[in-house]
This record gives sequence, structure tokens and C-alpha cells, in this order.
Amino acid sequence: MNDMTPTREAREAKLEGMGCKRKRVEDVRFTQGRGNYVDDIKLPAMLYGDMVRSSYAHARVKRIDTSKAEKVPGVVAVITAETLKTVNLAWMPTLAGDVQMVLADGKVLFQNQEVAFVVATSLQAAADGVELVEVDYEELPVIVDPFKSMAADAPVLREDLAGKTEGAHGKRDHHNHIFKWQVGDKPLTDEAFNRADVKIDELISYHRTHPSPLETCQCVASFDKIKGELTLWGTFQAPHVIRTVVSLISKLPEHKIHVIAPDVGGGFGNKVGAYSGYVCAVVASIVTGRPVKWVEDRMENLSTTSFARDYHMRTEIAATKDGKVTGLRVHILADHGAFDACADPSKWPAGFSNIITGSYDFPVAHLCVDGVYTNKAPGGVAYRCSFRVTEAAYAIERGMDILAQKLGMDPAELRLKNFIKREQFPYQSALGWEYDSGDYHTALNKALVAVDYAGLRAEQKAKREAFKRGETREIMGLGICFFTEIVGAGPSKNCDILGLAMFDSCEIRIHPTGSAIARVGTKSTGQGHETTWAQIIASEIGIAASEIMVEEGNTDTAPYGLGTYGSRSTPVAGAAIAMASRKIKAKAQMIAAWLLEVHEDDLVFDIDRFQVKGVPERYKTMTDIAWVAYHSPPPGMEPGLEAVSYYDPPNMTYPFGAYICVMDIDVDTGVAKTRRFYALDDCGTRINPMIIEGQVHGGLTEAFAISMGQEIRYDEMGNVMGASFMDFFLPTAVETPHWETDHTVTPSPHHPIGAKGVGESPNVGGVPAFSNAVNDAFSFLGSTHIQMPHDAWRLWKVAEKLGVTG
Amino acid sequence: MIPGAFEYHRPKTLVDAVTMLASLGEDARPLAGGHSLIPLMKQRLSAPSHLIDLAGIGDLRTISEENGALVLGAMVTQRALLASALVQVKAPLLIEAAQQIADPQIRALGTLGGNVANGDPGNDMPAVMMCLDASYVAQGPKGMRHIKARDFYHGAYDTALAAGEILTAIHVPIVAGQGTAYEKLKRKIGDYAVAAAAVVLTMANGKVATCSIGLTNVAPTPLWAKDAAAMLVGTTLDAGSVKKAVAAAEAITDPASDGRGPPDYRRKMAGIMLTRALARAASRAA
Repeated sequence: MNDMTPTREAREAKLEGMGCKRKRVEDVRFTQGRGNYVDDIKLPAMLYGDMVRSSYAHARVKRIDTSKAEKVPGVVAVITAETLKTVNLAWMPTLAGDVQMVLADGKVLFQNQEVAFVVATSLQAAADGVELVEVDYEELPVIVDPFKSMAADAPVLREDLAGKTEGAHGKRDHHNHIFKWQVGDKPLTDEAFNRADVKIDELISYHRTHPSPLETCQCVASFDKIKGELTLWGTFQAPHVIRTVVSLISKLPEHKIHVIAPDVGGGFGNKVGAYSGYVCAVVASIVTGRPVKWVEDRMENLSTTSFARDYHMRTEIAATKDGKVTGLRVHILADHGAFDACADPSKWPAGFSNIITGSYDFPVAHLCVDGVYTNKAPGGVAYRCSFRVTEAAYAIERGMDILAQKLGMDPAELRLKNFIKREQFPYQSALGWEYDSGDYHTALNKALVAVDYAGLRAEQKAKREAFKRGETREIMGLGICFFTEIVGAGPSKNCDILGLAMFDSCEIRIHPTGSAIARVGTKSTGQGHETTWAQIIASEIGIAASEIMVEEGNTDTAPYGLGTYGSRSTPVAGAAIAMASRKIKAKAQMIAAWLLEVHEDDLVFDIDRFQVKGVPERYKTMTDIAWVAYHSPPPGMEPGLEAVSYYDPPNMTYPFGAYICVMDIDVDTGVAKTRRFYALDDCGTRINPMIIEGQVHGGLTEAFAISMGQEIRYDEMGNVMGASFMDFFLPTAVETPHWETDHTVTPSPHHPIGAKGVGESPNVGGVPAFSNAVNDAFSFLGSTHIQMPHDAWRLWKVAEKLGVTG
Repeated sequence: MIPGAFEYHRPKTLVDAVTMLASLGEDARPLAGGHSLIPLMKQRLSAPSHLIDLAGIGDLRTISEENGALVLGAMVTQRALLASALVQVKAPLLIEAAQQIADPQIRALGTLGGNVANGDPGNDMPAVMMCLDASYVAQGPKGMRHIKARDFYHGAYDTALAAGEILTAIHVPIVAGQGTAYEKLKRKIGDYAVAAAAVVLTMANGKVATCSIGLTNVAPTPLWAKDAAAMLVGTTLDAGSVKKAVAAAEAITDPASDGRGPPDYRRKMAGIMLTRALARAASRAA
């Protein structure tokens, strides 16, 4: 048999381990319409729920009359806050330590807020019932602008908090104030500003938008009265957390709750939190004894189930006259909407926004964040980013460009001058983080060469002169972004959700014939975990990835995990997978040593086998070992070959990247065309380069959308404008620019396989690159900062103000 | 996004459809491609009790040339229009406009009749039809009549079509030697125009001999910019004349404010689109 042994290269290739561009195994079903999503679930006697929603952004609810709706044929029940009060569920806790109405209790605080839940035997009957629920409102004054939220005479939004001067995160200064969060050294920072040669001070806003996954939020709740058990299928990014939350608020024992996230059609943070629809479906199932499905439509998704950003960042940078930064001072006004339902680790009311010092060696910094209530939808999810990291990256990357402009320096040169140097890692930032590894100079220099940065600047110079001579109506912008992310929440020392430490987990079982199943505490919403997790195991223990089934999302079978968001899957669960693999490998090594009659230390692992050192023809493959583990294990050894690992990361990981955007803007129409977009990502060890590339393409497309027009707008009355795909900018393949991807590899020193996570980098880094390109295009006309989104009409307004429209 | 209950009818002849519409009264709506009506019904902004689907009437799907005019059946889809060799040769402006309507999926179902008949100011074909001086054939309980596109649009969703009438065909005059262009500014594939301009002109000895201008989505109705077009006749389309005509065209716009931009922007974009359409149409005139 040994004569038949394939070459090492062939064995390596068969594994499809880390570094392999393995095709996504889940796509076999997704591309053939064989996925199984929540809305595919149909149970006998299932009922359908539909929401009555508020027409007003702020109003007292005087009366709710459900009698006509209840008479609609097929309507089984209409649930209101009064119903929910009988089970103590009219309000629910939020992830941010606030409480939130499940259904309107006395008043409504944002347009389209959930007011009543109609349950019927068909979707049609439920919708007919919704039409007939009569609600009397008494309108109240509305706050849409967060800057008006804390005015002395501002209307009181949260009457339930009357008299409460302490919130979940300390003192509240005003009836519409949620928290004040400060980090850094204020006196030292102020001193740096007093001494500075050059300062910039700019209000940099990041507008409200929405993750808008392809599949909206939905669930099916099925309560078995006989067993007293609840099964909840849902679009959950964190199924175990949902199970614990359901248990805590429903008082059902946790072992009698089965939470299942089947295939999930995109999450981007939208599916981390718990929404009213879930609670209503659960209550309705308990009340009726029948399964209840709730599926929100697109307008409901965009206007009510969470939002992202809405951060208004006054950004100040101090520097020497030759361009060395000496201090950063930022105040953020954070609009959280009607309830603080921000999805951050519990102790971090403003997420990890203190990554705002970015990639630069700031000796001192101070950050202060004030969270306020307004009459807008609650949420504040991390839309394809680690918690508030994209907002922070936007402020610092825009700020650096503004500083470069003020200094008359090239923005690339300013960045190179202020980067944290390779030898400074692990690096302690002025705002409290320990950056694990980085090589920023190499990455940016590689990017500058790849795009011929000097050539582009020369072309821009010529174009500007031609524009001034009236020979062209186009202006050209070059946008650079060098971002540093903080992902992989996170170490139990500083990260928890409702008290649950943010570890993650993996259980691997090797079957007797040498194939395997791995169950993981994360939940893919499109990231391709079924593909990549198997690749990690393949490389670690030598079983081909194609022989490993990966399962996630069922809380009865998967080990407890905190889910998938904040690019945490690879940094945390990826590490758990490697560690569980290593436990198996250690046992396999003992079995191999016994079989080969040598000491364990005399064995060396080689791709898919243990072989005797120096005698490669004497070996046992993992398949051989698996069979022995179940058939005739060494004397005294437990049979079987499986392992569980729970991984509590020692630190976050810090992926980084250099993005360059080249843009041409027609000043007569304001239409911006992205000529070129180059993205260099360093996410440490690369598990599957093809999936990384796909992730980067997707994230950049979102970044393009957000920066160039995607927005949840409100009018002065708090009416949400354009909460449909007619208005909400979701680019198609036609509008989306071509993406060029590149990479460097700086492994994480503390992660078992050196991987850092990549899914969110392109969203975080893409937005500043686009915005900087737009700003750079207009800078020679005297513009300093243009607020996003940069849709055509807004850019035309900028051009008009600068006096260059036709 | 669940419509209210309605009854669905699928007559096989135009006579049956007209009779049905008359007998079912105001709660009945004819259904063509459904791309305007059905979204409104899903949002319960429209709740007809009866839908009379015209898809079963084969006579409404023909494209022919009669007496110097293209005759387009109301149920001709945008896709069928784009595929018609006759239209490509005789009325390239219709092709250019249809290519810019929505996306391939919508063009496969969306019809020419539906596009012009429901009076949505966002639709592209109405201004194009005004520009081409097309006329619509309406069939009602009292018989058939022709209505000029230029007289058809009274307000947003308010047209000259009387209760009980169905728009059955469109007549587009065929004129040789025309240069035409449709310039549409939109945010993305599938979106309505921020502003769009249709131009039809003929040139003689380097000067504009005839000119017609239509504007899309910059007022509650599509616009026929009669005065602006008249100002260009006899000119060489020199910058000064174009500027004056564009100003005249902008002056008749009354755009709404929405996600596509505020009124001043959209008015200006109507002018920019017109400027560009004029240049392109002139370059194509024989």
C-alpha cells in the first residue's frame, strides 16, 4: 500500500485546507433554490402574524379598538400591550441595558412602531385585520435632529424614565440623555491642543442607514403545551443568546427552549437583536397553542427593525507644523432613536469607538460620547462592522485628510509619517487598546505603487488646470483610507452580552470511517462557514475538508456560542475550532504512537498522517487512527475521537488595509463615477482567498452604497422617507464599480492560526475611501469637508455653492 | 405587502373587456403589466374589487405600420418593443427610451399601454409620446376615439381617459430624416428619472427645421416644451440659442422633492438633459 502513496502535493491538495480557494459548499444548495430559510418553514395549523404600526413619530395612544379586526374571518387573536401585560411582556430589555416597548404602551415614539399584532389563519386575513384595528392618537411634538434632543425645552420622549438620573451607563444629564461615555486623558489632550502648531476641528457626520439584508427579519414560534416546550426558528445571528434572552424574559426554563436559525439570507448586524415581532409570535403561539409565523416586509425592515450609524463626530486633531500628530479630541453625539437598543457588548455603550486613533501614533487622545433619544427607530447595529468601528474609522480617516489639506501635505505622506511602526507592536493606544500586530508602511507603500499614485496625482493636477481653463466639466478625486479595525469580541475581561462572556465554541466528532462533523457556536448568514471551518479542521488534523460536515444554528446540538457579528467568527470561533482540532490531534498522536510502537515524541505530523521521524514510510493516516479509536483503542484509553473547545480570546485582533479610490465627478450633474478602486487587506492568515475576495467585494459594494447615497431619511414630522428599494439606494451590478483586491499577511500573534477576520474590513475602510475621493475632488475649489451621503444632487449642491456649475 | 381581496377577470376580447369594465363600475381596474398598479395594491393604497387582465387579448400585442404611422398595441411589452425591427428602423427614439426603463425583468412584463395610460409622471414613455406627437386609441362603451398624447395628461394619475375606457393602441407618426435622443438621469437601474429629456428635430442647411421636446418626471405631468422647441427653429443650435431654449424649458418644470433631489436640482437637470439630448439629436439628424 505504501507504494501507492500519493505525493505530498497530492495529499495536500486533497485536504483543501487553509489557503485553498475552495468553492463554497453551501452554494450548491443556494444556487439551486434548495436553501431552507425561515419562510420556507410550514407547520400544520400554522398561523400568521402581522403588525399594526404607528402612523406618527410621537403620539399618545388614546384608544385601541380591535373589535372590528377580530370579526374578520380567519383572524384568531389581536394582541396589544394590554394582552402582553398579563404575561409581563409589554416591555422587553434591550442589549444596551435599556427597556423597549414590545407593543405601544400608552404612547408611540417612532413612526411605524409596533402597536398591535394580528394573528390569523392566513397572511391575507391578518393583513385585512391590520386594516381594521382602530387607533386614536394624540400627536406630540417630535424630535428628529439629535442636536435638538437635549435642549432645555425639548419634549420628554421617555416618560417611563421620569426621575431616573442614572441609566445603564451612569449619569443622565437630561430627560432625553441616555449616557455619557468618556475615555482618554482630557487634561493632557487639552494641553497638546494648547501647544499645537496646527489644528483641525470639523463636525464629521455619519448618516443613518440600514443593513437591509436580502432576507428580512422573521420567525416561526411553536409552543407545545403538552411538553411545555418552545421551538423558535428565526433569522438569528446569535441563536444561543436569543435562547437565553427568551428564557430570561419568558421565564420558560432554558432547556425547554429550542432555537434554530436555518439558512439565513444575510445579516450585517440586523439579525443580532431581539425584535417585537419575535416576542409577539412567541406570545401568540403560547396563547393560541398553534405555531405562529411572523415575516416582516421590506418597508417594515427598513423603517423599524434597527438602523446603523447616526453618529455626529466633532473631530479635532493637533499636529506640529511638519505634520506629526500630537493629539486627538473627539466628541460624538450618538442618535439612538426612541429606545437604546444598540447592539454592543454590554459595557460598551459606544461600542469600540475608542479605536478612533486609527492607524496613527497619537501620544494623547480623548473621546467623549453622548447618547440621546429621538423619535426615530431604535437600534444602532454594527452594519457589517465591529461595534461603531466604521464610524470611528470614518472620522479619523476624514480627519487625516482634512489635516493634510490644512498642512498642504499629500494625504499619503501624512499617513506614512504618523503610522504606528512595525516595531511598536504590540502597541498600546492612547485610548486603551493593545494592537496585536501590523505593518502599515509596507501595506500603504504597496498600494501606492500598485495604483501608480504619483502618476494619478500628476493626472489630477493636469485635469484641475484643464478644468480651470474650462476645457472639461469633470473633476478628479483620489481617496485614500488606511484603516485599522478592532474585531473578535471578545476577551471575557472586557466583553460580555447581558453578562455572557463573549467566548465561542466548537465540538468536533470524528466518525469511525474517518469523516467528521463539526458544530460551532457561530451562525453563518452568508460568510461560508460550512466551507472555511472545514478548511481549518482539514489543515489541523488532516481530514479532507470535503469529509467534514459543519453545522451551526441549532441550540440543541451546537455548543453555546455568542454568534456571528463584529467579524468575531474567525478570531473567536476560528480559534475554538483550531483548539478543538488540536485536542483531537493530541489523542490521535497517542493512538498512532501505540500503533507504530514508538514514543509520541518520535512522531511527526505530515499533512494527513503521523509518521515516524526520519522513516516516512512508517505512518498512520487520520483515517487509520479514527477506525482504531472506535475499534480497538490503546489499552486504558477511552474509545472515540471527539473534542469540545471553548475559546476565550486573550485579545482582540486588528485587521488593517489600504484602500485607494479614483473618482471622476461631473460638476454639471453631480454624478460621480468610480474609475478605479483598489483594496489591499491584511487579515492575517488567509483561510480561503476566494471567500476573502468575495467578502471584500460585498463589503465594498455596501461601502459604495452607504457613502454614495444609501440613507434612512426623516422629515421634520418624523416620517421615515423612502423606506423601500425604490428610494433606499441598493446598487445593482450596473452601478457597482469594479474592485481590485490585494493583500499583505501579518498574522495575529495570539490567535492559534494567526487569522484576524475580514468580513467587515471593506465596509469599514471603503466608506472613508469613497468619501475622501469625493472630498479630494472638490478640495482645490476651497472645500474642506462634505457630509455624506454623496449622492448626485448633494454633490451638485456643493458644486453650485462653490460656483462651478454651468 | 398583502393586497386586499379582489376578483380577477381575464377576458379574451376587447369587446368583453370594455363590457366588463362598464358593468363592474368604478371598483374595476384594467390590468396590463401591473408594475404600477400591483405595488400600490400591495401597500393598500389602491384597492380595486375587480382586476380585468388584458393579457388574454391577443389583438393588443401587435406592432404594425399603417398610413405613415407605427401602430403599437397597448399590451406590447417593452421587451417586445425593443425586439421589433420595425420600431428600430421607424422610431429609434422609442427604442432608446425603452432601453432606459427599469430593468430587464420589468421590461419583460411592463407594457407600453400601461406606461402611457396610468398618468404616472415618473414613466418615461408619456413625454416621449408627446415629443413624437403620438395619439392614443381609447375604446369605451360609447365607441372608439383618438386622443393626442399632448392633450392626454391632466395631472398626476389624472388623464383624458374617461371612466370605462381602455387605451388599446398608440399611433406614432413616422417622419423621415429626424434626429432623436432621450437623455435620462437616474440614480440606478430600475429608478425613475431624476429628470429626462426627449428631443426630435430635423435640420436643413445646418439649421433646425423642426423641433419637439418632451420632459419626464419634472412636473406632476409629462411636459411638452412647445415654446422652448419653437425658439430653436431656425438656429444652428449655437450655445446662446440653446441656453435660451433650455431656460424656457426649465421655466415650465415644477419638480417634486424626493430622494432624487430637491426641485431646484431637478429643474436644472432637466435643462442639462435637454442640452445633451439636443446635441445628440442634431448629430443624428439627416
